[in-house]
Amino acid sequence: MTEGSGFPLTCPLPGGEGDVIELAHGGGGLLMHRLIDRVFRPAFATSPSDLVHDGAVLDIGGARFAFTTDSYVVRPLFFPGGDIGSLAVNGTVNDLAMCGAHPLFLSAGFILEEGLPIEQLHKVVASMRAAAGAAGVKLVTGDTKVVEHGKGDGLYVNTAGIGSLRSGIAPAPQQVRPGDAVLLNGDIGRHGIAVLAAREGLGLEGEIASDTAPLAATIMELIDAGIDLHCLRDPTRGGLATTLVEIAEAAQVDIHIDESALAISEPVRGACEILGLDPLYVANEGRFVVFVPSNAAERALSILCRAEQGAGAAVIGQVESSKSPSVVLHGLIGAARVLDMLSGEQFPRIC
Amino acid sequence: MCLAVPGQVLTIEGEDALTRQGRVAFGGIVKQVNLAYVPEATVGDYVLVHAGFAITTIDAEQALKTLRYLAEIEPEAIS
Amino acid sequence: MKYIDEFRDAALVRRYAQSIARITTRPWTMMEICGGQTHSIVRYGIDQLLPPGVSLLHGPGCPVCVTPAESIDMAIAIASEAGVILCSFGDMLRVPGSGGSLLAAKARGADVRMVYSPLDALRIARETPSREVLFFAIGFETTAPATAMAVAQAARDGIENFSLLVSHVLVPPAIEALLTAPDNQVQGFLAAGHVCTVMGYREYEPIARRYRVPIVVTGFEPLDLLQGIYLCLRQLEEGRAEVENQYSRSVRRDGNRTAQELMRRIFTVQRQRWRGIGEIAASGLGLTAEYARYDARVRFGHTKTATEPPTECIAGMILRGLRKPHDCPAFGTRCTPERPLGATMVSSEGACAAYYRYRCHMADNGRVVSR
Repeated sequence: MTEGSGFPLTCPLPGGEGDVIELAHGGGGLLMHRLIDRVFRPAFATSPSDLVHDGAVLDIGGARFAFTTDSYVVRPLFFPGGDIGSLAVNGTVNDLAMCGAHPLFLSAGFILEEGLPIEQLHKVVASMRAAAGAAGVKLVTGDTKVVEHGKGDGLYVNTAGIGSLRSGIAPAPQQVRPGDAVLLNGDIGRHGIAVLAAREGLGLEGEIASDTAPLAATIMELIDAGIDLHCLRDPTRGGLATTLVEIAEAAQVDIHIDESALAISEPVRGACEILGLDPLYVANEGRFVVFVPSNAAERALSILCRAEQGAGAAVIGQVESSKSPSVVLHGLIGAARVLDMLSGEQFPRIC
Repeated sequence: MCLAVPGQVLTIEGEDALTRQGRVAFGGIVKQVNLAYVPEATVGDYVLVHAGFAITTIDAEQALKTLRYLAEIEPEAIS
Repeated sequence: MKYIDEFRDAALVRRYAQSIARITTRPWTMMEICGGQTHSIVRYGIDQLLPPGVSLLHGPGCPVCVTPAESIDMAIAIASEAGVILCSFGDMLRVPGSGGSLLAAKARGADVRMVYSPLDALRIARETPSREVLFFAIGFETTAPATAMAVAQAARDGIENFSLLVSHVLVPPAIEALLTAPDNQVQGFLAAGHVCTVMGYREYEPIARRYRVPIVVTGFEPLDLLQGIYLCLRQLEEGRAEVENQYSRSVRRDGNRTAQELMRRIFTVQRQRWRGIGEIAASGLGLTAEYARYDARVRFGHTKTATEPPTECIAGMILRGLRKPHDCPAFGTRCTPERPLGATMVSSEGACAAYYRYRCHMADNGRVVSR
């Protein structure tokens, strides 16, 4: 491991690592990445690029598919703007869309806690149906298990999805090139704040609702317009900063971001100020970054702006070549700082 | 230390000194804040909030003075 | 947001940076006391805007960083008792005591909950009368009024299943301890604007006089910090040593009397251990005898546990402004936010964590360099 560097994915873990799973392992930050490298990739990956991107691209008898899975453990189950059901559908639809695929079919596995009111399950399922309809996907298979009271948080959902990929479409960090423009389709921080406020009973009045939404239609529009999509990713857990750091490291480039180009809604801003949270690290569910050649940026931007949640869509930065990948944020008052992944989840602070 | 954020008092409830509280707006959100330490605060005032408590009212005149002083700074040498 | 955005004006920031360069004729070393100011400085790159020779040291104003390891150990020990709910601010959760952190204790089954206000902890106590609720009361004078109110309400309402592990610390004794240390380099201070909002700044006047150091009460936004730095530098250049108030929209000379009155009723001043620094007389707060029943140390009968284990952590020197994080041989390698050796790396505005997150790839002159 090089002195003072981040943690390259192939580094053996230094001693002193804990031997039990901590919440931070699920936080989308460094600890989660290290867990993947320590436990999952050695077991399952057959090439360095396996298990790195949001979904797997598969060739089955000459036809190309994207395949992905995601589990949803959000608390509370219902929050402004959505619930675990709409999250579960949109999240997997979006992971497929991030592969450039046209989402087709989903499966859903439910782990229900003994004592969960069936009425809540009805609501979640109705929400999933509505979300699937809006996203144009069919839920075709599923499974149900029940665990003892106290062994689950009411309800957990896993969804897996399959989508079709046209030939020649293969967005991935490795396609990112120096000179590429980085675009973001809207404002950041809504989902994480909405869920945190609901979960912790922060008593925040104001319009903070999750931005959970299906993104496939917008991405198909970009593809149909013939825009060369080098990379797509949705900044969920860990926020925009974490996603950019992941891409910079996978693509081995520098990503320069203009802080003034980032849109943050007033309620999210207020919440982040009083909680001491950095919106760059707050989860989003209806947002994606797309890397395109610079001469395609304007066209791509106009497509993003036309989309339903398109207010706040912007070109937020550009890619440069690098010997050691970094994400550099060019700040509001003129100074630049390097963004890193957090070790775990970001906590509100008093100090 | 001490993350404290200015917000505007929208409503005030309660007469009891210890539990007097108000709805305070921070940008686009509103939160309940204990106003026991700012007995002089009225609706419309800005207060500085830390750990769920208003610890002072913001002096609007002083804020203006500070901004004016800031804006007057000239890059040339000050004698 | 009003009273925030105006103080982040980029054009004014640039003009202030230029003015600072104009008035500076020699090297000076200043210290900002407050961890929140450190956070702002690093986040906005304020120190990148200062002329070479002007040094900003990051002081011990991070109550999370200076909370003694033994307090954290005690919190963990009590939290690990069956039935106890431990409530803590988010920043404290990851700080390691002499063994693990509160978060690690939670992973092992302790009921540890994050709260935003001591009143949230009191509410939990009201809602679960069958369980003991313990609030880990840390912070400087800014936060002490919030703790005081929780105690006052608990006493008035007869909430008996509520107690506090109090570890509040006071700033002026820390400044004096810094100034009397033989290796002190600090020539001027930016005093903590929110501490002074509560306490006023009278108590800094004898310090400025006795030690001949300018002390400028400073806010937290980029323009506040630059103006505070400007005023401090101007005093240094002119050979003055006074207390000035940059943060006048929030700070008055007498501070908040109402808050101070309740603090006097609830707390008594006592000696206090500061992590990485040692004991400083009359620098901490404890509950008065009248409220002793709310003192977790009394209620749970836990005596002090281990002292801090020796590590290569140099947090103490960093807190005193004698070293920067880069000077530490373990910085970024054996000591990282994921595996911190000391509190300055864990706390989000500990100097080491701030440097690691925002700066570890930059050279000291502030230029972004490749690793």
